[in-house]
Amino acid sequence: MKKFLGMALRMASLFAAISILSFLLVSNAPIDPLTAYIGANSTISESAKEEIAAYWGLNDPPVERFLAWAGNTLKGDFGNSIVYKQPVLTVIKERFLYSLALMLIAWICSGILGFFLGILAAAFHGSLLDKMIKLVCLVFQSSPAFWAGLLMLSIFAVNLGWFPIGLAAPMGKLASQVTLGERIHHLILPSITLSLLGIGKITLYTRQKLLEIFESEFILYARARGENTWQVITRHGIKNIAIPAVTVQFAAFSELFGGIALAESVFSYPGIGSALTAAGLGGDVPLLLGIAVFSAVFVFAGNLIANILYGIIDPRIREGSSHE
Amino acid sequence: MSKETCVSRNRKKEGGGSGSRKERIGGFWNWKERMGGFWNRKERMGGFWNQRRKTLFWIRFAAIYLLVVLVDGLLMSPENYGVDYSAKFIAPCFAHPFGTDYMGRDMFFRSIKGLSNSIVIGLLASAVSSLIALAFGVAAAVKGGLIDQFVSWCVDLCMGIPHLMLLILISFMMGKGGTGVTAAVALTHWPELTRLVRAEAIQIRSAQYVQASYRMGKTWYEAAWQHMIPQVLPVYLIGVVLLFPHVIMHEAAITFLGFGFSPETPAIGVILSESMNHIATGKWWMAVFPGLLLLLAVMLFDVAGENLKRLLNPNSGNE
Repeated sequence: MKKFLGMALRMASLFAAISILSFLLVSNAPIDPLTAYIGANSTISESAKEEIAAYWGLNDPPVERFLAWAGNTLKGDFGNSIVYKQPVLTVIKERFLYSLALMLIAWICSGILGFFLGILAAAFHGSLLDKMIKLVCLVFQSSPAFWAGLLMLSIFAVNLGWFPIGLAAPMGKLASQVTLGERIHHLILPSITLSLLGIGKITLYTRQKLLEIFESEFILYARARGENTWQVITRHGIKNIAIPAVTVQFAAFSELFGGIALAESVFSYPGIGSALTAAGLGGDVPLLLGIAVFSAVFVFAGNLIANILYGIIDPRIREGSSHE
Repeated sequence: MSKETCVSRNRKKEGGGSGSRKERIGGFWNWKERMGGFWNRKERMGGFWNQRRKTLFWIRFAAIYLLVVLVDGLLMSPENYGVDYSAKFIAPCFAHPFGTDYMGRDMFFRSIKGLSNSIVIGLLASAVSSLIALAFGVAAAVKGGLIDQFVSWCVDLCMGIPHLMLLILISFMMGKGGTGVTAAVALTHWPELTRLVRAEAIQIRSAQYVQASYRMGKTWYEAAWQHMIPQVLPVYLIGVVLLFPHVIMHEAAITFLGFGFSPETPAIGVILSESMNHIATGKWWMAVFPGLLLLLAVMLFDVAGENLKRLLNPNSGNE
């Protein structure tokens, strides 16, 4: 219980620090929120500007402004987005649904495929297959997300014409008329791009861990009992690499968020990543702050789920014994 | 007779005994022998490519690539990628190996210049980030207690926000542009290396010779400088080499999104984001080649770093 309280306290302090940090960074930007809101060439008089600034509390000291923002945020009021002219929370909710579909597909595909590719590579360690898998993973891991997306667009959308060039639905159609098939059709390329980028890490990691386990004594004993490779892997290997693999995959939430900003920008997909870019470029401070806090919650959720899953996968941790 | 020689030969083979466990177990791990060593470069080349040679090769290759691009980019006159409206959208050919863009600028020279800009930023940022990591990691291990907790808290804080988000926030604060992106990548790449350095330094902290130096009246600073940092150096150096590709990739990503270099500066991110407007009309070369240059730089450093890691790790250094 004490341990749990300590963890909760640490989490709370981290959250507070993250919001203070984001607020500090954003409020020190050389962008005048007034100009960003009313546009650079408006005809509002100086005194009217002063009034708005006083009404918004722009002349207050930063601490007061932060407290006001934090208080409203805790109440669930993130303010209004300047770029989208809607409440920030509405923008995030609406766009996150689009992104969630993309991220889930990419995350699950890269996780499962990467895990099995890693096992395959380790089972045939040193073979041509292993070398090919390693090389491909290295290339995927090193290629910039946006470049991979551009190549995909160029090959499959422009040259072959199999997939649409961008957006989440056909242009000029009402949202209510868009069919599920069309949505999936628009999802395929971005999600393949995202999963390709995530696959390298998990594959190489699984392979590495499995090879380490192959070196251990109990595998030697299992082989001495006459188990063949697949028996060794299914009976001993998978059980031992599942936890580290799951951890790595959940820790990849942070990278996934970065990848989605890039992929959505390439495919002009209306998700949370393109909202982030638009907010940053348009000087939309409320939306930028809202997404920053939201992304921290997202990463935190990933780590929390991984911790809970530990208990389900590994009974030793559930029972609280201090293994490792 | 024949059976006996066979047995003795087998025994001789096994009697070497110095092979790794993999070789001794046999079975599927020994498939190389069953394949007659066809795919096994080591056997064909008479053991030329050992770990040390491989590492040296990759490090030299990476360093040469880096130097050539860097020097070439720094000394290049801007005329090489100047605007020439009579040569718009030329597909790759002998005169323009990477083709030209919508303003007739030669993509090859522009990409090289862009990559050399990235490399300058990459060197600067990985130096700054790695020094922060070294200071934080060693201080956390040596002082322990509150400072240790503070350092881990800072690491958790930085890792609690997606990296790209943090980069965007910092460059937003610095008003975008070149300085913004440099500051952003320089200040955000330390957390992982800090963890590594801290873990390494904690292992050394309890070593006899460090304890002895304390007993002989050395201050924590002297102990850290004379005994800890030289021991942590290998991990640190590998960390720097592996940090570098991350830095240049993040720089390109941030610039691609529009937070980094201004559109008139040649940078890989700018080039790729411009190519996005022309990809629908089939101008594939504008995206493919600049990205390929970047990919090559990133991969070379990844491979060099991984090889270095294996060489300096005593468990696998003698392979």
